[in-house]
Amino acid sequence: MSRHFPALIIVIPLISAFFIFAAGGLKKTYCFYIAAAALAISLFSSIGLLLQVLQNKVVVYHFGGWAPPWGIAYRIDYLNGIVLVAVAAISFLNLVATKKSVEKDFTEKIGLFYTLYVLFVTGILGIVVTGDAFNLYVLLEIASLTGYALIGMGTEHAPLASLNYVFMGTIGASFYLLGIGYLYLATGSLNMLDIASILPNIFQSNVVLLAFVICLTGLFIKMALFPMHAWLPNAYTYSPSPAISLIAPLTTKVMVYVMIRFLLTVFTPSFSYGSMAVSTSFVWLAVIAIVVGSILALSQKSLKRMLSYIVIAEIGYMVGGVWLGNRAGLTGAILHIINDAAMTLCVFLVAGNILYRLSGDSFDNLKGLFRKMPFSMGAFVVGALSIIGVPPTGGFFSKWYLISGGIAAGHYGFVIALLFSSLVNVVLFFRIFEIAYFEPSDCPHISDRMDEEGKIFNDAPLGMLVPLMIVAVGLIVLGIFTDTIVTKVIQFAIPGEIS
Amino acid sequence: MVDLLTIIISKYNYWGYIVLMMVGLYAMIVKKNLVKKIIGMSIFQTAIIFFYVSIGMKKNATIPIISHGHDGGERAVHAVDFINPLPHVLMLTAIVVSVATLGVALALAIKVYRQYNSLEEDVIDSLIKEK
Repeated sequence: MSRHFPALIIVIPLISAFFIFAAGGLKKTYCFYIAAAALAISLFSSIGLLLQVLQNKVVVYHFGGWAPPWGIAYRIDYLNGIVLVAVAAISFLNLVATKKSVEKDFTEKIGLFYTLYVLFVTGILGIVVTGDAFNLYVLLEIASLTGYALIGMGTEHAPLASLNYVFMGTIGASFYLLGIGYLYLATGSLNMLDIASILPNIFQSNVVLLAFVICLTGLFIKMALFPMHAWLPNAYTYSPSPAISLIAPLTTKVMVYVMIRFLLTVFTPSFSYGSMAVSTSFVWLAVIAIVVGSILALSQKSLKRMLSYIVIAEIGYMVGGVWLGNRAGLTGAILHIINDAAMTLCVFLVAGNILYRLSGDSFDNLKGLFRKMPFSMGAFVVGALSIIGVPPTGGFFSKWYLISGGIAAGHYGFVIALLFSSLVNVVLFFRIFEIAYFEPSDCPHISDRMDEEGKIFNDAPLGMLVPLMIVAVGLIVLGIFTDTIVTKVIQFAIPGEIS
Repeated sequence: MVDLLTIIISKYNYWGYIVLMMVGLYAMIVKKNLVKKIIGMSIFQTAIIFFYVSIGMKKNATIPIISHGHDGGERAVHAVDFINPLPHVLMLTAIVVSVATLGVALALAIKVYRQYNSLEEDVIDSLIKEK
């Protein structure tokens, strides 16, 4: 059983999609339970895999018994072991947390929603575990296509925003596919480790350089690095809230993981960081992404839209940390993948809770919200503090590593951008705290929101609050156990040649 | 000039895919009609499929079945005799993906049309701004 964890992690959600689709036509209440069972098995297998990795350093699984480079191999090491657990945990927690909200928003389409949900998780988990470059493309498209459909189910301008996302996402994925084509042309292999063993002999080749550039361009579009971010804000704003609290934490972060995988495993650090000019210019690109993302976030007037721009700024953190090319920067970037996924989940879940109770998420609607929804807003404070980077939340420690990486690399532009973005985040979130805590809610608003006994208190149902509290506490736990995560896992994920 | 021509002619498959790709990108960037953009996207994906299929090709080689070799499979198998089937097989998957993308994009275009009664981007933009 435990030998087959790498396969189970993908296969169980994939098969469950068919059952959920069937259950959607027969008995809608079953859909949620099938999805929950499937994702629980994935979570269980991913934790099992991480434990195996801690013991044996690496777990390799040959699909159908075909040895690589002919067959597809799934390979889990320290780097993707930890990302895998984060992804599986987030998709499971979000599923449980949004049950009520899905029932409210998709009364007729529950079966379809959960089918897309588990397929999306299949794709994302697959991207993380696979050790085959072409297999990664297929799983990337599974995740993207279901993501488009989930976003398209939203309100207002969702179909148009989703269609724009389709165009940009397809260009990104196609560029990645083209890059893999050139890699195949140069090496004759698609297995990541096999490519890595052949490449050092032909590093001078222009084909390899072209493959590197094209793959990176594709990944940059997919992770919405500025200036390729235009698809993200609209798609995230109009998407249904149960879907976006899944998509926002996972898609972009997993693409950053893929970039790290390509730099460290496929192209090896000596090639990736070979040219100072290249890595420095990518760090500057990240700096621009951080600054522009933060400033644009400042000019937004609704919660989800503001959070979308923060996601763009956070991508800059990770890309910059990766391209610093030193141990502290990479540690920060990998740690931030996990922390950022958790805190994005936390704040987007709160946005979902707010939309569950209120008509909209513009700042005017948030007045007096601490009184109305104390628990949701309490979790929001934890998430916000983590995004700002206040100890002991996880966000503080990853930012600490990123900043010390920037100082070690002598890249002070990146350090200043990080501090600037933290300050902007302080303004962003304390403005919301002020509106929600001090400004009295408009009177007609209250009477609308009062329940039968005339109480103003009206938080989200318990089923939504408990998972949210777990996520909020998890943020603090991640912060407290940072040292364990770094010394037990992340430091082994970075090759020894990087100092 | 002659040099340039030889470069183009000797690597015509790469030029072909680049031209197709640019046609697709041009349509996606410049055209205002959403369906035309979708067609551009399809051309863009097809260009990459074309690239993959062409790199599996070898001169004077045949389909990868042993009995189709130059001497009917009597002698040992020579890789030179057969085209590389792997890129073609990969593209079967990529074609499926591009068909699925096309399906999702067209479904979304229908939703957009039902919402705004138009597929022209500038008309939709002005409708959104009016609200």
